[in-house]
Amino acid sequence: MNKRIDKQAFIDKLKDGQTVMVGGFMAVGTPEILIDWMVEANVQDLTLICNDAGFGDKGIGKLIKNNQVKKLIASHIGLNPYAGQRMSEGTLSVELVPQGTLAERIRAFGAGLGGLLTPTGMHTLVEEGKQVINVEDKPYLLETALGADLALIEAKTSDHYGNLIYDKTARNFNPVMATAAHEVIALTHNLVKTLDPECIVTPHVFVDALVMEVHDER
Amino acid sequence: MNAKEIIASRVAKELSDGDLVNLGIGLPTLVANYVPSNIDVFFQSENGLIGLGPTPDDDEIDKNLTNAGAQYVTLKQGGMYFDSVTSFGIIRGNHVNITVLGALEVDAEGSLASWIIPGKLVPGMGGAMDLVVGAKKVIIATTHTNKGKPKIKKRCTLPLTAYKEVDMIVTELAVMEVRDDGLHLLERHPNATIETIIEQTDAPLIINHVKLMEV
Repeated sequence: MNKRIDKQAFIDKLKDGQTVMVGGFMAVGTPEILIDWMVEANVQDLTLICNDAGFGDKGIGKLIKNNQVKKLIASHIGLNPYAGQRMSEGTLSVELVPQGTLAERIRAFGAGLGGLLTPTGMHTLVEEGKQVINVEDKPYLLETALGADLALIEAKTSDHYGNLIYDKTARNFNPVMATAAHEVIALTHNLVKTLDPECIVTPHVFVDALVMEVHDER
Repeated sequence: MNAKEIIASRVAKELSDGDLVNLGIGLPTLVANYVPSNIDVFFQSENGLIGLGPTPDDDEIDKNLTNAGAQYVTLKQGGMYFDSVTSFGIIRGNHVNITVLGALEVDAEGSLASWIIPGKLVPGMGGAMDLVVGAKKVIIATTHTNKGKPKIKKRCTLPLTAYKEVDMIVTELAVMEVRDDGLHLLERHPNATIETIIEQTDAPLIINHVKLMEV
């Protein structure tokens, strides 16, 4: 089993109009080199799912700056001036989702659930257009599951099977996104022969392809 | 002490030994500087850690160790990392003792507006909606007015972050508590008269015994 792919094989997987989930929290834990390759490939009309819009020149912010994104689903866009600008111009549509709801919608998809019930967002703009369901007299919003065509995640270390461990707060959305896309590509910074089975965070069954930063950066 | 320092030091007095606390971006972050030395408090950062330590020196910075405001941080002994699902399970699941957040507006019913000024500013709610709904105690740490315009209202006029979830409001002038019968003025800063506080508050205040704020 060899999951290693090179830059060209990665670019071949990109298509206009794809929905792509990208790990990272304000670009910490975002696989930067994969984003750079997406910019280079200049794929268009993307729907991105990410915690935030990154920064103007960091994280998924680079794709927004380069006008490749049609829609962004995120909890926060405040640190990327291009996101607000594109949104006002009408070239970028933004769906703002509470951070915990975003995580749980992605988890639901990866776990084969249709959605979830959450108290978060009740009596706010988030409630608009959503069904309210009472459970034991307490109201909850019905939030639907969220999946993607492609998930791009960043790991610290992988073995050849694609078992993954992460680095400190660069973990964030990466493990859950690894469960919720038709194809999952992990950027890894170290490739080792074996990992301690007790410490593996993402089981290799979720990971379809591995990009090794050191070898593939040329 | 300036206004922010007064607020942060007063909020810190609400913390108890063993508490799990989440501090919002900006002013609330300063609360960590005033934790009494005789108690052990754990700070969570919703991007995925519990056990925030002191700000690192330049040569100790690790680019993969940040808080939810994208600032470099350290982890203290007993601390740990986790993913976003676990982080918000902790938050939404009622495991956080206290969350301290800022406000654009907060009202006498305990509703909070902090994430959007329609047509002007749309940063997004980030983790604030989950924190306000999920934490056992919600403290709003804010200057009493925005350049003279009251932030404490009878009803919020901006879109809400959460409805009736706030427990306490701490400003540089006063400490207020949201109860079923309305907003109670509990403490005033020694330099602020009750009249000044009433004048700068756009909500009816219930006033019985007003203590002096300890800062």
